[in-house]
Amino acid sequence: MKLNRRTLLKGAAASAASIAMPQVVMGADNIKVGSIIDTSGIFDLYGKPMDKAVTLAIEEINESGGLLGRQLEKIDYDTQSDMALYTQYAKKLTRSDKVDVVHGGILSASREAIRPTLRKSKTLYFYNVQYEGGVCDRNIFCTGITPAQQAEVLVPETMERWGKKIYTLAADYNYGHITAKWIQHYAKENGGEVVQTDFFPLDVADFGATIAKIQDAAPDMIMSALVGGAHLSFYRQWAAAGMNKKIPMASTTMGVGNEHVVLTREEGDGIMMVYSYSKELDTPENKAFLSKWDARFGNSDDLHELAVATYQGMHLWAEGVRKADSIDREKVIEALESGVSFDAPTGKISLDAKTHHAVTSVHLIEVGDQKMNVVKSFGERQPVDTQGVCDLEANPDDNQQYEISI
Amino acid sequence: MFARDVLPALIIGVPAMFVLPMLFDAYTLTVLTAYALLALSLGFIWGFAGILCFGQAAFFGLGAYSFAIAALNMGSAWGPFFIAILVPAVFAAVFGALLFYGRLSDVYLAVVTLVMTLILFKFMNSSAGEIYKLGDARLGGYNGIPGFETLTIPWDPGEYLYDESLFYFAFGLLVLVYILLRVLLKMPFGRALVGIRENEQRAELMGYDIRLMKTIAFSIGAAIAGLAGCLFANWAEIVTPALFSLGQSAEIIIWVIVGGAGTLLGPVVGAAILGYTKFLLGQQSLIDNTFVLGVILILAVLLLPQGIFPSLVRLWHWLLARLPSAAPLRRRSGRSRRDKDV
Amino acid sequence: MDYAAVVGVEIFYAVAVLVLISAGLAVIFGMMRVINLAHGEFLTLGGYAAIVSHQAGVNIYLAMLVVAPLVVAVFGVLVERLIIRWLYGRLINTMLATWGLSLAMMGAMTMIFGNTTTGIATPIAGFTFGRYQLSGYNLFVILMAIVVAVGLYLALKTTRAGLIARGAMQNAEMTSAFGYSPSRVYLITFAAGSALAGLAGGVMAPLVGLNPASGANYIAKAFITVIAGGASVVSGALASAGLFGVISQTFTLLTTPAVGEIALLVVAIILLRLLPTGITGRFFKGRV
Repeated sequence: MKLNRRTLLKGAAASAASIAMPQVVMGADNIKVGSIIDTSGIFDLYGKPMDKAVTLAIEEINESGGLLGRQLEKIDYDTQSDMALYTQYAKKLTRSDKVDVVHGGILSASREAIRPTLRKSKTLYFYNVQYEGGVCDRNIFCTGITPAQQAEVLVPETMERWGKKIYTLAADYNYGHITAKWIQHYAKENGGEVVQTDFFPLDVADFGATIAKIQDAAPDMIMSALVGGAHLSFYRQWAAAGMNKKIPMASTTMGVGNEHVVLTREEGDGIMMVYSYSKELDTPENKAFLSKWDARFGNSDDLHELAVATYQGMHLWAEGVRKADSIDREKVIEALESGVSFDAPTGKISLDAKTHHAVTSVHLIEVGDQKMNVVKSFGERQPVDTQGVCDLEANPDDNQQYEISI
Repeated sequence: MFARDVLPALIIGVPAMFVLPMLFDAYTLTVLTAYALLALSLGFIWGFAGILCFGQAAFFGLGAYSFAIAALNMGSAWGPFFIAILVPAVFAAVFGALLFYGRLSDVYLAVVTLVMTLILFKFMNSSAGEIYKLGDARLGGYNGIPGFETLTIPWDPGEYLYDESLFYFAFGLLVLVYILLRVLLKMPFGRALVGIRENEQRAELMGYDIRLMKTIAFSIGAAIAGLAGCLFANWAEIVTPALFSLGQSAEIIIWVIVGGAGTLLGPVVGAAILGYTKFLLGQQSLIDNTFVLGVILILAVLLLPQGIFPSLVRLWHWLLARLPSAAPLRRRSGRSRRDKDV
Repeated sequence: MDYAAVVGVEIFYAVAVLVLISAGLAVIFGMMRVINLAHGEFLTLGGYAAIVSHQAGVNIYLAMLVVAPLVVAVFGVLVERLIIRWLYGRLINTMLATWGLSLAMMGAMTMIFGNTTTGIATPIAGFTFGRYQLSGYNLFVILMAIVVAVGLYLALKTTRAGLIARGAMQNAEMTSAFGYSPSRVYLITFAAGSALAGLAGGVMAPLVGLNPASGANYIAKAFITVIAGGASVVSGALASAGLFGVISQTFTLLTTPAVGEIALLVVAIILLRLLPTGITGRFFKGRV
């Protein structure tokens, strides 16, 4: 998309006055923001709104005068849901485009693919996606929520409502395995137990046997960390067996891919989850954000948690640059560590200096009428999972993703 | 042999190695070279030994994973480089023996190789747990394995092979493998292999052990695919189960059939052209990438069943109008006998 | 005891799904020696036909059982005329061409429906059995599989059309000497196989989240079932679907779904190694 982007930007710059777009001036003086996201291929459902979020944030910042008196320039590549392309584009961004910061990556695999490249080339990296936690690297800031932030609230809240016996279903990859551990941890801490945990490869679409197994175990509730299109079948088959009337369900993943809209009311109603964002949040920041999004992109049907996190990641970075009064990587990191915050659509969000993870508000949500209705809000949750293993203040040279052991 | 087989490859190959990086990005060229090598591996076993393997991606993925796992454990990359070739070759020898000594052929061979790829794919995909660990390397499941050492210049361990130097290395290997295969096909083993492709029964009655020969050819093909996987791992710096996917297997077959089975150069050309087409298509969002690949495959089977390269050769010969018919280009493997009792 | 019954239903259900998704492929392979690797996408197309028509207001049973098979049958006629008929007798070439068709359909459906998951709710409520809850729809799927298997058997064995079809497959020249055009017989057979694929896609639609790449979930299983079953259409598909369904579901129940799927594949390899022409190539030769 390189050619198109250049010509488009030039065209936009030329006609900026006439169509009242923020002025983009090409030149060496711009601050270059690299963005690598899958906007095509099987993850485009996640990537497309994230790309919009980057665009919206950059336009907002430019409209308000840019950073340090300079305009932001977006340099983006579509990784086409292909992990191999991530390393390549990361190299391109650092070597030939020489960007000042990179925002991007969706899957953990994509983050781990580009993290070494960006660290080696001393390019600041923002990963703005809900993920399994544990990354400890001074060059990266992770602004999405992590399992503990969800499970710490979700497990006790739902256990109090439904009972103490939990049956966990999780996607069979890194995220699912780690999230399952946290569910077990918080269940135990609150006097409950996880009777069984089952993992499902991402392409499994038949859950008949599992539904029989669950009934045999007779839990009080289901915890689902299922991911993707094939796993959507579970909710459907669960409801088809009439189980949704018998055993209630909570999830750490449902809704990110707008599953609650694809499922019918009967299938989805009553499922509970915890997220940092819901479109139904009744705050002035969220209302303002939604109206900006609508004005820019027509509608917010595709908006989800990850896009909002991306938008907030961009703004947190901008706050850091303002505070540092410089674009120098070291100074920006120090500024970000010294405590910056942003009044975000999700509520106030800030960064934890020890782990470079977000301290964020989370909300208990119940699906009703294909909407994510907010039941209760919880302010400023610490990334306690990563805090347990990572201390960048003590070990600034640490560079790995810890597997959290509980 | 030197003048007919080695020399032309060198005359075209060596200049190409230096001209290509001036025209295209080195990083695109590197992956195309790895693909070309992969296509060459299938082109060899399908086009010359008549083994239609629907799971060549399995060896590609095995090579890449072996490299990544060995590199994580050994900390350097040259040992793993050879392991990446050896592991698929040994695996294919064992698996091939199982099949060929059971006299599986045609569609059943295709199914079994496809199933084997699926097994590896499913296994790798569900290896996220802590127990799936080989030495220091976690298999990582769906997320794959990132962060392994990559190849360095042998006499200077601090200097990584990447970008242009990786391309030169990969392209050099491609030319080398091509020449070795050409030579192999001129040797008694290679000629006997073609004989088996043409008529298994006759070859067997002449005293060749076709089961052994097919197994060896299968193993050689797997070694080459493993080498391609190793280069791919060095290029991408991450390996994921997608390397074993059905889509990957499909692509290899498309390269070979579009380029032309029954030749060695055809698959190379097919992989390069289609790989680059896919790369270009990936940069636009108007037409779906998969759609175009599918249509190309249908058209290739219907209109150019012998592939682009042999068709061009035939056109060339026809234009010259001197040689009556070129080398035996007809692919036996493309035809199956119709069973009477069906 | 109740649990045993529930497990029994689940195993029957797994077998039924395999029978349904491989019936169309089995007809086309068994009768015409053509392997349609776009079969998975035929199913997906049937699924979309059912979902789209249901969303447009068609009764759900009509959408699943009539619209889906019809749409896919019509599509199958086009495919047969444009692609398959040029390749009869060349098994490998038809496999490659239909593999291309599979990719093209996947791409085309992505362009039309977008890369998102969609679906419809199941029309049958679950019911209570002892202290267990069973999916009524699973029983419906089992019923449909029985209907398809019995229907197919009777159609091939007892009707004139079935006789002609079997005749044309065995000796095309003889059939045409009797005044039946083999080309038409092939066309109708392919259309019938496509319709079965469409029916399966329609019936499966309420159970899954459908997206353009869903076909990949079906094709490998259907393909393996049919090849392992061998040349006899009904008995082959039933025998191998029974074997694979029981094995994969048992392993899934005892361990995890991943192990269940891998067990199915390993058994397939062993089976083909031991019986290279499939189950019916060895045991039920010449049956339907």
